[in-house]
Amino acid sequence: MIYLQLFLSFLQIGLFSFGGGYAAMPLIQSQVVTAHGWLSMSEFTDLITISQMTPGPIAINSATFVGIKIAGLPGALVATIGCILPSCILVTLIAGLYLKYQNVNALQSVLNSLRPAVVAMIASAGISILVTAFWGSETHAVLAETNWTLVIIFAVCILLLRKFKMNPIWVMLLAGIMNAAVSLIRG
Amino acid sequence: MKNRKQVLSKLFISTLYLSAFTFGGGYVIVTLLKKKFVDEYHWIEENEMLDLVAIAQSAPGAIAVNGAIVVGYKLAGLLGALTAIIATIIPPFVIISLISVFYAAFRSNVIISEILEGMQAGVGAVIAAVVYEMGAGVVQSKSAVSILIMSVSFIAACVFQVNVVYIVLACILLGIARTCIHIRKRGET
Repeated sequence: MIYLQLFLSFLQIGLFSFGGGYAAMPLIQSQVVTAHGWLSMSEFTDLITISQMTPGPIAINSATFVGIKIAGLPGALVATIGCILPSCILVTLIAGLYLKYQNVNALQSVLNSLRPAVVAMIASAGISILVTAFWGSETHAVLAETNWTLVIIFAVCILLLRKFKMNPIWVMLLAGIMNAAVSLIRG
Repeated sequence: MKNRKQVLSKLFISTLYLSAFTFGGGYVIVTLLKKKFVDEYHWIEENEMLDLVAIAQSAPGAIAVNGAIVVGYKLAGLLGALTAIIATIIPPFVIISLISVFYAAFRSNVIISEILEGMQAGVGAVIAAVVYEMGAGVVQSKSAVSILIMSVSFIAACVFQVNVVYIVLACILLGIARTCIHIRKRGET
């Protein structure tokens, strides 16, 4: 039953992604790409790119995108509900407790142990995105088949982001334009 | 405070607006929620808002959604939370639905697919920069345990392809254990 699968997958994504921003990315990858094969690695990367350029959390965007692709609008709805359900329950519960006892320290100190792991998991997901971009597949990294144009574009982007503190949205757009320009010049 | 209906409709419109026009993820939207409900409407006190934000950031899930829930719940109970959630997810739901309708046609266009291919390197760079900043923060904390957690998690995820759910669970258990030890130590001295 595809709706149930979508619901349960996105429930896990909603339940185990701590820390916001990119923290949901490794979980989405493991559910949507690795476990179910609903998206290919390059579709997943497109999704992350689209999420970067539109408002809205990555998890909600993915739920909508994957849901529609796999089971149309009802699928998108089911996946989105699965994704926000853990938040709804847990956050309301914690907020209720807080408004009663006014203390959130214990919660935060538990999360101190989680934060370094989140960084590591984002790094790992980022590496699979780059491997897919540079070699066209997640598993075969052969030096001779490297897409050097993309490697150079990557290096330029890093420079723009770190050295010139350019807005990530512009950097990504520029990366796209550079690649299209190179392929037009080459014919 | 104003009557409930007015609060709910104002809550709906502000969260919808923030969700539709805030680029840059959860941390930005939480700041804007604070601006709106603390500084502009004076519905929530500054200190309380800081704690509510802490809850939104500590709980699992998207920070924008969590932020909307805490604010909605604080202002108008469960109905408020529900109102805020719906307002928050409508914009991304609509935008991504529209994009995914055009995505297949888009992707097969030669020029667009070249652009998207280039953007893969771009988004990789954005993630690399984010990881660098976050990782530097962990290293600068000079906490041996944090650095160890980061290294072990990275090896587990990247080299051994351990399911990230297990990594998250292991770290939560570790965190609970550390918190208990810390509390006990403080009790002794």
